[in-house]
Amino acid sequence: MAISLKLNGKTHAVDAEPGTPLLWVIRDDLKMTGTKFGCGVASCGACTVHLNGEPVRSCQTYIEDVDGAEITTIEAMSDDTIGAAVQQAWVELDVVQCGYCQSGQIMSAVGLLRENPTPSADEIDDYMWGNACRCATYQRIRAGIQRASEILEA
Amino acid sequence: MTVNTSRRGFLKGAAAAGAVLVVGVRPDGALAASGNPSMLTPFVQVGSDGSVTAIIKHFEMGQGPSTGLTTLIAEEMGLTMDQIGYDFAPSNPQVYNNTLFGPMQGTGGSTAMANSYLQYRQAGAAAREMLLQAAAQQWGVDASGLSLQDGVVSGAGNSAPLGEFVEAAATLDAPTEPRLKDPSEFRLIGNPDVRRLDSPAKGNGTAMFAMDIQRPNQMIAMIARPEQQRATAVSFDATGAEGIKGFISADILPNKAGVAVFAENTWAAMQARDALDIEWDTSNAETRSSDQIEQEIRAALDASPTYNVNGADVSAVQAAVDGADTVVEETFYFPLLAHAPMEPLNCTIEQTEDGGILMHDGCQIPTLPHGAMAEIFGLPFEKVQIKTVLAGGSFGRRATPQADYQVEAALAFSLTDRSRPVHLVWSREDDLRSGYYRPAFGHKVRVGLDGEGNIVGWEHRIAGQSIMKGTPFEAFAVHDGVDHSSVEGTVDSPYQIPTAAFGLTDTDKATSTLWWRAVGHTHTAYVMEVMMDMAAKAAGIDPVDFRLAYLTGDDADQTRKANVLKLAAEKANWGNAPDGRSQGIAVHKSFNSYVAEVVEISGNADDGIKIEKVTCAVDCGIAVNPDVIKAQMEGGIGYGIGHNMRDKITLTDGVVDQFNFPDYEPLRISDIGEIDVHIVPSAEPPTGVGEPGTPPAAPALANAIAAASDLRVATLPMDDNGVSFV
Repeated sequence: MAISLKLNGKTHAVDAEPGTPLLWVIRDDLKMTGTKFGCGVASCGACTVHLNGEPVRSCQTYIEDVDGAEITTIEAMSDDTIGAAVQQAWVELDVVQCGYCQSGQIMSAVGLLRENPTPSADEIDDYMWGNACRCATYQRIRAGIQRASEILEA
Repeated sequence: MTVNTSRRGFLKGAAAAGAVLVVGVRPDGALAASGNPSMLTPFVQVGSDGSVTAIIKHFEMGQGPSTGLTTLIAEEMGLTMDQIGYDFAPSNPQVYNNTLFGPMQGTGGSTAMANSYLQYRQAGAAAREMLLQAAAQQWGVDASGLSLQDGVVSGAGNSAPLGEFVEAAATLDAPTEPRLKDPSEFRLIGNPDVRRLDSPAKGNGTAMFAMDIQRPNQMIAMIARPEQQRATAVSFDATGAEGIKGFISADILPNKAGVAVFAENTWAAMQARDALDIEWDTSNAETRSSDQIEQEIRAALDASPTYNVNGADVSAVQAAVDGADTVVEETFYFPLLAHAPMEPLNCTIEQTEDGGILMHDGCQIPTLPHGAMAEIFGLPFEKVQIKTVLAGGSFGRRATPQADYQVEAALAFSLTDRSRPVHLVWSREDDLRSGYYRPAFGHKVRVGLDGEGNIVGWEHRIAGQSIMKGTPFEAFAVHDGVDHSSVEGTVDSPYQIPTAAFGLTDTDKATSTLWWRAVGHTHTAYVMEVMMDMAAKAAGIDPVDFRLAYLTGDDADQTRKANVLKLAAEKANWGNAPDGRSQGIAVHKSFNSYVAEVVEISGNADDGIKIEKVTCAVDCGIAVNPDVIKAQMEGGIGYGIGHNMRDKITLTDGVVDQFNFPDYEPLRISDIGEIDVHIVPSAEPPTGVGEPGTPPAAPALANAIAAASDLRVATLPMDDNGVSFV
């Protein structure tokens, strides 16, 4: 089926079968590899993108459900005020280790800060629970979100 | 900072920019330099445009060698970290070997910094001296009056960017023994403000992992594997896959280990694989269940061990324990564990224009798949190239003695006409069900205490599945029948335990065994540190004081272990936990580093435990990148705690019961509070940091649980054995 996909502000005509996860359209058809495949069952969060501004797991978001929607990926975060602050905080604190989950961590962190500009540690834990990091960078993720909050407040 | 992701492109770019100086070592280990990058595989490359690139011989799975080895070059060359880039080395076991592995290039055993520390500094120092010598000749002055700082050569009234001297320096012989900087001159080594070089790319989606390799016209391959190890494919029917858009073909792998599915994209490959109808020959398949594995191990613990590991007079030790005032005993069982790196295994293979083979891989031990591919494709070693890219974690999984997934990719590629690159992709289910696991182990320990609480006998039996036997590493790791990785951390513990006997019995493997972050220490540290805690409690002595009593020797092994124990206790305010909280402590030496950890919890085993804080002290010799070391301790602690809280791989009739993360739940952000890491200042050579943070974490948690609840968890994981977590 032909889909009109609006991704990072640009419209793409995509031909994909119904039931195709958005993740694979982004990665394999549009060749944008910042969004990662980790589990395929919405259990790790590595594939998190924004759908109309809200974080979703792109491995369990199907192409027929996103026709005309606004999709945003990690590649566009430097153009987003909150995204840029999170990225700056991530570099300041060297949050990453292997880094494979971090696109998804950042997409979720931006979603959190968009709805709650000054989250507490518990609120961060509640919101970020679904983003797994096998390197266990969690304490720096927590600190990174709080640092991004400070950057945005300044 | 620039990261050159294409080595060949990088070399071409360097040549286009003008002259180049490369400094490395010859296969005999002597320093060498050249003006021609094709003549030498270097550790550092300097362009006449002033660009400096460190060539990193270890792969980056998050543990930080790309930053660490670049720091060494930058330090000796007087550069700032933004004046240098890095590139991953090609596969070359003569030049880029891990000097602790022999003629093998590879990363493991927490050795990246330990084996590179002098080598990379020497290369950087040689480059510095050659540039200074070239400047001295040009200016007609003595080189001893010149210095290289921040990319500029200056002295004797002159000053010029280093790039101006590259062409002349490349004609000089490399110094045989360049002067290494004195630690008092260090600006970068030991500097906590040095940042990771890979942070920006990993935060903006541009970092290239193996999974992100998309070669022109590539096919995706996935493998349908049998549910039981050692079953083989007999035939298949692909009718169900034929209607799937993007499906190309399917074929049985030459070794019958599975059916390869080729497709235009990943989703089509996944769907087509699911649609195959495959007939398996299960006549030689594994049929054991994990309950049976556990029974075999527990039975072995009740019998006399096969190997007397420390040559003890076992009957004398037994008599000492039997005659003690108090006997503390426990039997432990550790299940199979999967590594589950965040990036599922994958690699890409293509044929080069000259008929060779090029593999793109987050490659942990390049020499093993390099040799395997040369054999599979009937090519000389030099016609195979491996391009190492970022790995999304490993924890040991990307290094198998059999080069399992790379061989699988090569066999799949061999089924094609080789006109299209093949990117082999694993799913998470493939990863968890692949059969390569931290082996199952059991320990049975009896400790005898006299009336004053002193240990008078320690009888320790270990039974489990050897990792090294039957692999190319056997000669290296197995001596007199004892696989060292089965007993490391027990018989070689720095504790001065009198009258001890360590015995080992190997049990059969139902699955492939594999090193898992910290290898044998993952179970031995747990046993040693829980037993020490139990003995301390029986003796009525504080657990820190009890341990220190066995670390009173003058040698570094005892003093360094004692020091981290004392430091962790001090920083955690040991013995003075806030109301409602309980503490547990553990200390362990692994990979030549010493780590002590205090876990502080709230709650109790029945109502639910929350891990509030972990305090860690580490002595890993000279701390090259202190913040990377802290990060490795934080990550190692999380890895140790998460799995022991709730993870296990189990088998039913040879079939793995777990499928994906919901059945093998990773540590989550809400599971663990603050981690506070302290590094012991040291002038000793650098030792491991990737693994040593893991071993003490779970026993420290277990000891905290025991302090809160009087519950000793001896069979893992904890949440299967009486502990609930909130």
